[in-house]
Amino acid sequence: MKSLGSIRRSFAPWADPASKPFISVKNVTKRFGDFTAVDDLSLDIYTREFFALLGASGCGKSTLLRMLAGFEQPTSGEIILDGQSLAGIPPYRRPVNMMFQSYALFPHMTVETNIAFGLKQDGMPKADIAERVGQMLKLVKLEKFAKRKPHQLSGGQRQRVALARSLAKRPKVLLLDEPLGALDKKLREETQFELMDLQQELGLTFVVVTHDQEEAMTMADRIAVMSHGKVVQVATPAEIYEAPNSRFVADFIGDVNIFDGTVSAVENGYLRIETGNGFPIRMASPDKPSVGAKAAVAIRPEKIRVSRQPPAHAPLNAVEGEIWDVGYLGDMTVFHVRLKDGRVVKASSLNAVRAVEDPFGYDQQVWISFGEDAGVVLKD
Amino acid sequence: MARVASALFSRLVIIIPYAWLLFFFLIPFFIVFRISLSQTAVAMPPYTPVFDLFGGLSGIMEKAREFSLDNYVWLTEDVLYFNAYVSSVIIAAISTVLTLMIAYPVAYGMAKAPKSIRPTLLMLVILPFWTSFLIRVYAWIAILKPEGLLNQFLMSINVIDQPLIILNTNWAIYIGIVYSYLPFMVLPIYSSLEKMDHTLTEAALDLGCTPFSAFWQVTFPLSLAGVVAGCLLVFIPAVGEFVIPDLLGGSETLMIGKTLWNEFNANRDWPVSSAVATILLLILVIPIVFFQNAQAKADGEGR
Repeated sequence: MKSLGSIRRSFAPWADPASKPFISVKNVTKRFGDFTAVDDLSLDIYTREFFALLGASGCGKSTLLRMLAGFEQPTSGEIILDGQSLAGIPPYRRPVNMMFQSYALFPHMTVETNIAFGLKQDGMPKADIAERVGQMLKLVKLEKFAKRKPHQLSGGQRQRVALARSLAKRPKVLLLDEPLGALDKKLREETQFELMDLQQELGLTFVVVTHDQEEAMTMADRIAVMSHGKVVQVATPAEIYEAPNSRFVADFIGDVNIFDGTVSAVENGYLRIETGNGFPIRMASPDKPSVGAKAAVAIRPEKIRVSRQPPAHAPLNAVEGEIWDVGYLGDMTVFHVRLKDGRVVKASSLNAVRAVEDPFGYDQQVWISFGEDAGVVLKD
Repeated sequence: MARVASALFSRLVIIIPYAWLLFFFLIPFFIVFRISLSQTAVAMPPYTPVFDLFGGLSGIMEKAREFSLDNYVWLTEDVLYFNAYVSSVIIAAISTVLTLMIAYPVAYGMAKAPKSIRPTLLMLVILPFWTSFLIRVYAWIAILKPEGLLNQFLMSINVIDQPLIILNTNWAIYIGIVYSYLPFMVLPIYSSLEKMDHTLTEAALDLGCTPFSAFWQVTFPLSLAGVVAGCLLVFIPAVGEFVIPDLLGGSETLMIGKTLWNEFNANRDWPVSSAVATILLLILVIPIVFFQNAQAKADGEGR
């Protein structure tokens, strides 16, 4: 992964063997009757990390979050928070707070009393509560709405109240269950950056559950991609995107073209893979599989060029096809190119200059091509 | 055409409750009120004046002059009526509180039960209604009387050596009312608890509430609408209850329903019993109207 080091942010405690994880999930399994929601899962989350659990619904990500909050107890395994086992500790004695997907604001209380609720339970003096509530309202820019009831607020405002309420007690860890799921797209994108700023500012550890990969990619320091109660890959967004460790992750995150084939040559850091129909691929890979082994090459659409003329390296990493579909998205254009054997390859190009006329039309014969570092070789 | 028809239909739907109120509440109430202004007479019907449609408008005006508030004055002169009203309200209030104390845990248990068995539990609550109300009250006589089932049971397990005197006391009335009206309390509370978002309780726990304080700070306040509805459904009919105090209560038990029955059947004094009924209605309606106004105001605040 030679190119990835520079993409990484300087914050990377997981790469430092000396740093101790703040939350340690150790071989946790959770069963509901016959159904295994979380299956022998282990994870480490570090202080000040913005950690995302990403997966389709039913993958066990919410169950894991609920076990961190204390609403569910693991069937087996252990969760350690800041050096202490959470086993048997009820939710009201855990130094974590949760922001619920439905927000779960108390409808009979005002914004103010909602935010003050947790502080009141701790028996904080009234003056201190008022001060803290004031800070929280300021933080989420809702000073004017202190006396309103939740039903008098918009969806975005409710989301902020829920956030303020869960942050009011200054928890060591904030758990967020689909925090932006109920917002519309534009508001969601704005709020993503606000959440990141907030997390940086307060220096808290955030664990967010989401099914929205874009949301996870934008906000998180690291993402755990989950499937069927297991973690498939834990890595930074860039690693997850550029170097998925499996077909599942490659397919789950973003668009991808996967070419199946067999290895025909292994030479210093590169593999030659025959994908059939006169379309060999040469791709960088640290692995050294034996010749004849099955392999798959995953290439993102934006790394595929579309041209009228064959590139110099054709037919290696290049193949002819015809434009099958064109999708103009404004910032970029997506092409579906149909190869002679019927396979459809997705390619996209950034519209860096204003398009005076469409460069490629339907049914045109074109060449698609890509570089030798453009994709990743998947083992399975 | 279809739109006109649907507009007409929606008007009609709105009219139905008003028509119901008019025919089954306002008109009967007006008749009762009119009788309460009359005087008793040995006649059929047993009061004067009786309007004669053939007397013309002047005849009606003439007779309307005979109306008086004498019966209401009479109610204030005899302390029996005042005592009966007060005692009815007290008995109804105590019964309502007892009913609430039993019904709330029942409703809570039902709302927390697995979804699949909730309809069965609901059925079990409603099931006693399938037996006649009168028979069920009579059955309590057999249970509560000195040589009844309850005393036999308690004496057989040596909890008591003398039979408890429950029948013909206020305790029997409380038991009768609580038993008879329990479903009216359970159902509204259940419906308000059942539709409550359980993540609210989780949020309370998450913010540091013990389960007990989460109940008092979140669950209970949010079920208040059901509690109020249930209390009204029990309190209002209990104030005017006649059958239960008559069958289970003692001779010294004073309740306005019994007083009314005596005036109407024993004394054949329709005007005074109508006045008793009118005052009873005012006693019940005025506080409820105030309460509703206060609640509407509280809801409107901050809006």
